[in-house]
Amino acid sequence: MAVTAHTKKAALTGNTAVAIAMKQINPDVYPAYPITPSTGIVEDFSGFVADGSVDTELITVESEHSAMSACIGASAAGARVMTATSSQGLALMWEMLYIASGMRLPIVIADVNRALSAPINIHCDHSDSMGARDAGWLQLYAETVQEAYDNVFMAMRIAENAKVMLPAMVCMDGFITSHAIENLDLLSDEEVRGFVGEYKGRNSLLDTDNPVTWGAMVLQDHYITFKHQQSEAMTRAKGVAAGVMKEFGEKFGRPYGLIDAYRLEDAEAAIVIMNSAAGTTKVVVDDLRKQGKKVGVLRLRLFRPFPFKEIADALRGVKVVAVLDRADSMNSFGGPLFNELRSALYDLDNRPKVMSRIYGLGGRDYKVKDAVEVFEELLNISKTGKIDTMTKYITL
Amino acid sequence: MATIKELAKKDELLSGGHRLCAGCGIPPIVRIILRSANGPVVASSATGCLEVGTTIYPYTAWRIPWIHSAFENSAATISGVETAYRALKKRGRIPADKDIKFVAFGGDGGTYDIGLQSLSGALERRHNFLYVCYDNGAYMNTGIQRSSATPLFSNTTTSQAGEVIQGKQEWRKDLTRIVVAHNVPFAAQCSPHNWADLSKKAEKALAVKGPTFLNVMSPCPLGWYTKSEDSIKLAKLSVDTCYWPLYEVENGVMKVTYKPKEKKPLAEWLKPQGRFKHLFKPENANLLSAFQARVDSEWQRLIDLDGKQVY
Ligand SMILES: Cc1ncc(C[n+]2csc(CCOP(=O)(O)OP(=O)(O)O)c2C)c(N)n1
Ligand code: SF4
Ligand SMILES: [Mg+2]
Repeated sequence: MAVTAHTKKAALTGNTAVAIAMKQINPDVYPAYPITPSTGIVEDFSGFVADGSVDTELITVESEHSAMSACIGASAAGARVMTATSSQGLALMWEMLYIASGMRLPIVIADVNRALSAPINIHCDHSDSMGARDAGWLQLYAETVQEAYDNVFMAMRIAENAKVMLPAMVCMDGFITSHAIENLDLLSDEEVRGFVGEYKGRNSLLDTDNPVTWGAMVLQDHYITFKHQQSEAMTRAKGVAAGVMKEFGEKFGRPYGLIDAYRLEDAEAAIVIMNSAAGTTKVVVDDLRKQGKKVGVLRLRLFRPFPFKEIADALRGVKVVAVLDRADSMNSFGGPLFNELRSALYDLDNRPKVMSRIYGLGGRDYKVKDAVEVFEELLNISKTGKIDTMTKYITL
Repeated sequence: MATIKELAKKDELLSGGHRLCAGCGIPPIVRIILRSANGPVVASSATGCLEVGTTIYPYTAWRIPWIHSAFENSAATISGVETAYRALKKRGRIPADKDIKFVAFGGDGGTYDIGLQSLSGALERRHNFLYVCYDNGAYMNTGIQRSSATPLFSNTTTSQAGEVIQGKQEWRKDLTRIVVAHNVPFAAQCSPHNWADLSKKAEKALAVKGPTFLNVMSPCPLGWYTKSEDSIKLAKLSVDTCYWPLYEVENGVMKVTYKPKEKKPLAEWLKPQGRFKHLFKPENANLLSAFQARVDSEWQRLIDLDGKQVY
């Protein structure tokens, strides 16, 4: 491994950058199971364990279901716990994701976004993490390798905040981000330690002098109270996330927010999108702006909790919006981001028109021409005031 | 090994007042095992009667740290807890001289069936824990559905004895043998009627380093259609008829720990149980004798292995 703690600049893949972030955090326990395209993370981490550059207990379990189960056991024992997965792996964890959040365990996982079978496919889309969107996990998304690396630290801080205590998922695009080499700035180990601090879980199972029962059966008389508390924690997480991102920017000079509004101030038409495809869209915005077209991009960095107010504020003056989902809800009414975002705009006095476009499933390329076509359609709608097709697949 | 007097003096770690049925085999099994630990214990349980019956919020019967997360993962969950223990000890956050024992409990459904993979994984990874399967021969908590531990011809709600089919048609999975094939340092079969044997095996299992396993016969009056007061008697009959042999495999050596002086006919165990009622119709006499023949051959197989290195 060429990178050492005091090298500030490095050229790394997304997977290696995330593995290094995990190394710098040096969690207590890492239950691991490999799956493309996230495998590089555990492979790099296994190297760190073998070299002694971390003293994390890495357990190579026999499935992702057991990985998340072991995360839950370890976290309830008071340990700081991390893991990584993709696609079928996250799907296999699904049952346990709800248990992790319901038990209020601040586990952090890196989800390297990949399509779900069938047909089996190893390439990028967001069906996996979107399928877990109601599981009670915080979800952060990243456009670049740098951002994926930085998000790991921020996710940990938000998750472990006493007002939150919820697990967090750090998402980046499979192959496009996980396997592409990018130049990035690394934090020093001291900076990481200072930022994430120490974690000591409460009510540890290992405190045998003060025994606690975790995971009791809860019936009609109390269940909804637990869920209500969890929901309130998710609401509080938004403010905590904003604070953590601000602090990160102030400390390390890389400012982040819940959303990334790009040239939206006077925009007439906007694309809303997440993860790496935002980069392509921004290039197109710059080109179209040169031609005098008022276009912009809104990228969500935080999907859970959903920053509905920030979204509404950012899109307030925009006339037409296309929400580009790299996942389909299979509801015949557009992707998951579209549905939630459209609802977030409902209370605006002058709501933009909003349409759904599903793109890039199973790693299909999203090119400059695709973004150009969407913007052209939007600008046309802005003139005619009429959306022809509300929901449509593009990049077919 | 502790005497019954010594055991009785130890702290009660599973309190009374829980909601398991009168005559259920689970509480005595859990209590004897926890008393045999000789030190602090942390436990996990799979979804099932034990979990539901001991923890309805805001109550708990557990006086030790305890976790339930799901049905198929008691072993995976405890492997996370045990790993955290090693990690935190290494980092000085738990005193070096503090020795905690880890026990995972699961019913037969949560162990033989849906939890077999996570059990196998945890055994293979050599976590330092004891896995206890309480085998009542069906998914009792959800209303007596068949599991792969259900005895041959047993009437369950998903393997019913009807006009043309006489209950479960398959011989039970031999889970203890499967566990032994993982080369664990200690694995055994036990029954709560023989508290001394159960306690001794639990003590041994918890003293050994590495993964260990106990498969314990657990009478269930509700699912067996038996009287609550007969449970321990029926546990004894399961052993005296050699349906449920008591044995242990320690470092690969098989030892049959109890050989009945006089092997009782299987019918003596089956007859009092409503789940086998159909076997006593005259036209099913052939099924009864086939069942007896299989029990005999399994017992003989075990006796032939007694004292031998089996892996
Ligand atoms: C994934 C999953 N599938 C099914 C169930 C429903 N379920 C809960 S307990 C149980 C049966 C448990 O049987 P066993 O392990 O033998 O324990 P017992 O009830 O006999 O104590 C079932 C089927 C569940 N909770 N989770
Ligand atoms: S149903 Fe059977 S196993 Fe469950 S509590 Fe009652 S007796 Fe015990
Ligand atoms: Mg059972």
